[in-house]
Amino acid sequence: MRPVYAISGGVSKFAKARPDKTFQAIIKEAYDYAIADLGLDFPTFTRIVDGSVASYFSDHFARQLMAGIMAQDYLGLCPKPSHRVEGGGATGGICFQEAWKNVASGHMDVCVAYGFETMSHVETWKGNEFIALASDVSFDYPVGGFYSGYYAMMVTRHMKEFGTTVEQLAHVSVKNYCNAFHNPYAQKSQRITIQDVRNAPMVAWPLTRLDICVMSDGAAAVILCSEEGLKKLEAAGARIPRPLVKVTGIGRGTDAMRMADRPHFDYDTFMRDYATEQEKSSDETRKYYKKLWEHGTRYPGVHSFRAGRTAGNMAYKMAGISDPLHELDFVELHDAYTSSEIQTYEDLGLCRYGEGGPFAESGKAFMPNIDYGLKLKEKPVCPVNPSGGLIACGHPVGATGLMQGVFAIWQLQGTIKKHFRDDRLQVQNAKRGAIHSHAGTGTYVTVSVLEREG
Amino acid sequence: MTKLPTQREETLGGYIVHGIPFPIGTDDEAMEFLKKMTPIQIEQEYKITYLHSYGQDSPWFAALTNKRLIASRDPQSGYTYANPRGHDMYSGAETKWIDITNVPAKVHAFTVCYFGSEEFLPETPFVLALIEFEGVNTLLLTRLMGVDPQAPSLDWIGMEVKPKFLRNSKLKPTDVYFVPKESSK
Repeated sequence: MRPVYAISGGVSKFAKARPDKTFQAIIKEAYDYAIADLGLDFPTFTRIVDGSVASYFSDHFARQLMAGIMAQDYLGLCPKPSHRVEGGGATGGICFQEAWKNVASGHMDVCVAYGFETMSHVETWKGNEFIALASDVSFDYPVGGFYSGYYAMMVTRHMKEFGTTVEQLAHVSVKNYCNAFHNPYAQKSQRITIQDVRNAPMVAWPLTRLDICVMSDGAAAVILCSEEGLKKLEAAGARIPRPLVKVTGIGRGTDAMRMADRPHFDYDTFMRDYATEQEKSSDETRKYYKKLWEHGTRYPGVHSFRAGRTAGNMAYKMAGISDPLHELDFVELHDAYTSSEIQTYEDLGLCRYGEGGPFAESGKAFMPNIDYGLKLKEKPVCPVNPSGGLIACGHPVGATGLMQGVFAIWQLQGTIKKHFRDDRLQVQNAKRGAIHSHAGTGTYVTVSVLEREG
Repeated sequence: MTKLPTQREETLGGYIVHGIPFPIGTDDEAMEFLKKMTPIQIEQEYKITYLHSYGQDSPWFAALTNKRLIASRDPQSGYTYANPRGHDMYSGAETKWIDITNVPAKVHAFTVCYFGSEEFLPETPFVLALIEFEGVNTLLLTRLMGVDPQAPSLDWIGMEVKPKFLRNSKLKPTDVYFVPKESSK
């Protein structure tokens, strides 16, 4: 595999509804932005780009099969190679990685990954029904198919198992909303409090409306290239900031569609197959986990996402990361629910399993220059979802994982101020970040590590 | 104090319109004005009846209609799935059916859904639960009845439960549901 650089990106404004444009034209907003940020014009980029990968989750929402080719057509990319990827909520993350493979394998020198979702075409509760069709339609959907319900069951188990509290969950929402207040691309622009989260309408106990991301219309695009691609683009006049941003780690994991079918492994299996290198090398952590298992914890059960842990471990190994909390400068992760952000802290090794709740309220995942209205015990170490995440930015499914890629590129280029017209969300001197994309109850999870060279 | 709604519910359905305002002439100025118009949105209905097969899992539904709950077991390892599964995920071998109707069962996790997908909105609030069975390695998603959906408690986790069956089967997984073990028949 050869080096792959993430050189540019664009995001459409995420909104509850975008009836002003068709999905192709919304994608073009993001695509044009990414091209313009390179300083190229449309025909020049079209001449150089070798192909694309298209990302969207649901044929139901669009009521359109083969929407990918309609976007390819609208963007003027025919007859260049392309394919559509789909993997639930992780569709965007998978798209990013497939584009990476196109370049890393030598198949393409310049590849654009674009994605969208237009979820406003049906009413909210019909939209929830469509999303719930991404659960087993023989055994899970008919029982009361509702994703917020599925995740809420995971929460109650996490609370029972580890003592996680609803206030800890609410810290995630407050953090992400307050971050998004400074992100002009975010769907939501409001500052909230712990009380606001808990007083919001209860959706699926204990998750309230402010614990849950919203449905959105939106699109995103990321441009990846090889060293050869860089030369071609720069020869055509592209202005690509130095130091370059390189993709240094790729990981992906899976788990059973029916979360009821997931295993409950013993301590030895967990330590052998799933523990991070850091966990394996610490006597204290081994003792900590031994104690958890003595109290009945089994892995992953329904409280943890082994697909996320697998993806993280794989990406970290490739990127040479052994202490993710201190070796990553930020993480953009898939917080469809406040609870899934907490579960993901643990999967990604930012803290140990069972410690996600205290980690959420510690302050370690917060930004340093934002007033959250909270008394946080610790200073920020590794900001999580500095953009505001899915909870506040919105979640147009096929675009979401790519949106994370765009924000990560901007963080590592140090260009947040240019794109957000506000530098409060710029992670100072960001050198390495991770993006994490996650599908239904942890079925597909991708983790990609991006790094600023030099 | 309860927050009063300040917004009317939005629904689809509206007037049938014949003719949309459009410039009488198609001169440049009129054509440019078209760029300033709001979009036209129409309703499109999409209704389908599928003939869905339960395939190799069919006996599980047949069992429910006969008030039995069956599960799948790997004949060699004994690994047992509460959901039907034709082949074991570790050995790849074909599983056998076992009866778990009277196996001791507990609530492993739960939630109360106060909202839901469109199909299930009329049933809210309802309780979803994952049930663990003695000697069974995986869980079963089901509805839990006999608990107060307005007073959820983590204490429900670990509660002993037992299956109940619909008298008039719908050939759906909801033909079985669970109730607290101590509740009356």
